Amino acid sequence: MEKTKIVVGMGTCGIAAGAEKVWHRLEELIKKHNAPVELMSTGCVGMCYNEVIIEVHRPKEPRVIYGSVTPEMAQKIFEEHVIGGRFIKEWVIAQEEKQGQRFDELPEVNLLPFTEKQKKVVLAKCGVINPDSIDDYLYFDGYQALRKALTTMTPKEVIEEIKKSGLRGRGGGGFPTGLKWEFAAKSPGDQKYMICNADEGDPGAFMDRSVLEGDPHAVLEGMAIGGYAIGASEGYIYVRAEYPLAIRRLTKAIKDAKERGFLGKNLFGTNFSFDIKIKAGAGAFVCGEETALMASIEGKRGMPRPRPPFPAVKGLWDKPSNINNVETFANVPLIILKGSEWFASMGTEKSKGTKVFALTGKINRTGLAEVPMGITIREIVFDVGGGIQDNKEFKAVQIGGPSGGCIPKELLDLPIDYDSLTQAGAIMGSGGLVVMDETTCMVDVAKFFLNFTQNESCGKCVPCREGTKRMLEILQKITEGKGEPEDLETLEKLAYNIKNSSLCGLGQTAPNPVLSTLRYFRHEYEAHIYDKKCPAGVCSALLEYKILEDKCVGCGACARVCPVGAISGERKQPHKIDPEKCIKCGSCIEKCKFGAIVKG
Amino acid sequence: MVCACGNPVKDVRKERLEELLKQYSKQKGALIPVLQEAQEIYGYLPKDVMEEISSKLRIPFSKIYGVATFYAQFHLKPRGRHVIRVCQGTACHVRGSAKILNRVESELGIKSGQTTEDLRFTIEPVACLGACGLAPVMMIDEDTHGRMTPDMVPEILKQYE
Repeated sequence: MEKTKIVVGMGTCGIAAGAEKVWHRLEELIKKHNAPVELMSTGCVGMCYNEVIIEVHRPKEPRVIYGSVTPEMAQKIFEEHVIGGRFIKEWVIAQEEKQGQRFDELPEVNLLPFTEKQKKVVLAKCGVINPDSIDDYLYFDGYQALRKALTTMTPKEVIEEIKKSGLRGRGGGGFPTGLKWEFAAKSPGDQKYMICNADEGDPGAFMDRSVLEGDPHAVLEGMAIGGYAIGASEGYIYVRAEYPLAIRRLTKAIKDAKERGFLGKNLFGTNFSFDIKIKAGAGAFVCGEETALMASIEGKRGMPRPRPPFPAVKGLWDKPSNINNVETFANVPLIILKGSEWFASMGTEKSKGTKVFALTGKINRTGLAEVPMGITIREIVFDVGGGIQDNKEFKAVQIGGPSGGCIPKELLDLPIDYDSLTQAGAIMGSGGLVVMDETTCMVDVAKFFLNFTQNESCGKCVPCREGTKRMLEILQKITEGKGEPEDLETLEKLAYNIKNSSLCGLGQTAPNPVLSTLRYFRHEYEAHIYDKKCPAGVCSALLEYKILEDKCVGCGACARVCPVGAISGERKQPHKIDPEKCIKCGSCIEKCKFGAIVKG
Repeated sequence: MVCACGNPVKDVRKERLEELLKQYSKQKGALIPVLQEAQEIYGYLPKDVMEEISSKLRIPFSKIYGVATFYAQFHLKPRGRHVIRVCQGTACHVRGSAKILNRVESELGIKSGQTTEDLRFTIEPVACLGACGLAPVMMIDEDTHGRMTPDMVPEILKQYE
C-alpha cells in the first residue's frame, strides 16, 4: 500500500527557521501512533518567507503545502490531516495537483503570486527530490544527459550544443560557456581540470548554496559533461567552508555517484573517466576570482595573478583548466537532454535561459526566484516579491553584490539581462537582489560595500589595497557629517583610477557601489555634506532625537530603557532628551507606544 | 608527556595529528585541508603544531604562517567552546544586524573578534552566512538562528554552556 509522505524543507533557511524541531516532533508522533507514514527531507523550496515549510502527501490526494509551521502546528497537522484526513485550511499555502486530483478550495502552487511569473528550470528539482537520494535524481532523468553525451556525441558536438544554446556564465561576468570550453578543449595538454566555483561569497546571495543543497547531482553531472567536452579527467568543487550542509550533501552525492558508476573509470563503457574532489574554502572572498581560487586549491595564499596566461592555457598546477559557476553547471545537463533550441527559446536575444535570484532585504516575500531572462525589475520586486514591507516606498535595488550597483526606481522597468544591467551601472553578478526602501541610506550602503571589499582585498596590488581604503575614509567622513564639497570629486577620481588599474575583478569592480549611488542618489551625498542631514535617518552622527510634547504622555518607558540616562521628565509630563548625553541608539523609539519620539 | 604517577600518557591529539600528516604526506595541495583538520583537533593552530606540519610536509614555516594568516578561517589563538557569528551581509545589514551584534557584545562583555575569559564564547566577524531570506541571522557553532531580534539574544546564549 502506498504510504502517506510528510516532506520537511531542510535547507539552511528551513533549519534556521526551526525545521529540525518540527522534524523531531513529527518523528516522535509517527513512532507514538505507529503510523504508516514516511518522513522525508528536501532542499530549499525557495519560499524563505514561509519557512518552516512542510508538505503532506496522502495517497491519491494532491500534495498540500503548509507554511510557517511550528512544532505545535506540526502536531495538529499530523493529528487532523495525516491521521484524520482533513487539511487545516488556514495554514495551507497551496496544493500541487497530482494525477488530476485537486481540492477546489485550495490555491494551486504554480498560480501563487510568488510562483506565477517564475520559470523553474535549474530549481525544478530543488524542494521536490530528497537531495541525499540518488534514486530520486535518477527518477527525474538523472545522469541521462551524461549518458547521451558520452555515448552519442563527440566532445566537439557537446561544445557546439552549448554554444548554440547561448548559455552564459552565471557567476558574474556572463562569458559564453561554450566558447570558454572550446578554449580549454583546444589548449594542448594531456592533463586538464574542470573546476566548479562554489565560493559564493557575495553578501546577499545564496542561490548556489540552495542548488548544492537541493540538487547536488545536477552540478556533478554538468561537471562530468564539461570534463568530457574539454578532455579533463579530474574535477574540483571549491565550496565555502561556511556552507557545511552543502559540503555534506555533495560528499554523499559524489560517493553515491561513484558507487553507481556515474563518476569514476570508463563511464558508460566508454574510455572516458572522471572523478571529482571537494575543496573547502577557508574564508577569503577574493578566492571567487578564478586565478586566486586555483592558488587556493594548490594550498597557497589565495591571491590572483595577472592574465594572460588564462586558465584555459595555464591553470591549476599550470595545466589547462576551466572554471564555471554552480548554476552554469546545473544548466548543462538540461541543455544536453532537451536541446539547445529549447534553452534558447527562453530569455532575450543575447541572454538566454533563466536566472536564479536571491530576493532579500525590505521585501515582503524573501526567497529564491528563478525567472526567465528579460523580465523587468518591477515584475521581480512587486509581482514575485510582493512589494515593500510595511507599505514603505521602494528606493533602490542592489544587484550583483559588492561588484554591482544600486538601481533606482526610475529604472524599475529595466529588463534583467547581462547587457542592460551593465549599462545601468550594475552587473548580473551571481544574482543577489537586495531591496531597499526609504529608510535605507544610500551613502551608508556604499560605505557598507566598500568596507567589505576593503576587508577582503588581498593586498597584492596597490590601487585596490590603498585606493579602497582612501575611498572608505572619505565615506566615513561624509556619514559623520564632516564631508566637504570636494569629496565627491575625489571619490569619483579615485573610483575610476581603481577600476582601471586593479589587478583582478575584485578591485576593478569595488568602486561600483559608490559610482552607482553617486550616479542615481547624488542628492543624498549632498544632503550629508551640505545640510549635515541623513535623509533616511540612518547615519547616527547626523541625527537628533526629539520628543514631541503633544504626543508624549509622560509614561517614562523611554527614560527607563535609555542606557545612558539621557531622558528626564516629571511623571505624566512631556519628557526631554539631553542631546549631549544621547548616544542615538534608538532604544527609546522602539519602546515608545505613542509615536512621540522622532529622529531627524 | 608524563602523568603524576610517573607513567607516560598518550597524547590523543598528537596521535591524530600524526595520523593526519601521514594521510596527506603524498598529496599535492594538501596544506589547507591539513590546517583545517589540525584546527579541528586543537581548536586553533598552536605554533608547535604548525612547526610539526612544516617539517612533516616539507613546507617552509614561513609559507604555512602566510597561509594561516591569509584566510579568515584560521586562528592562531585559543578560541571559545562556542563560536558566534552574527551575519553582517547586505540583507542582514539593512534589516538591523548591527543591533544584534551590539547586544551579543554587551551580553558577553567582549567585542567582535574576541573570546570570553572563561573560553565559553568567541565572537567571530563574518561577511555573509547565506541565509539572507531569514535576515537578520546569527550562527552559533553549526546552528543557524534566523529572524533575530536583540531581545532573543540572552535566551539563545543560555543554550550554549
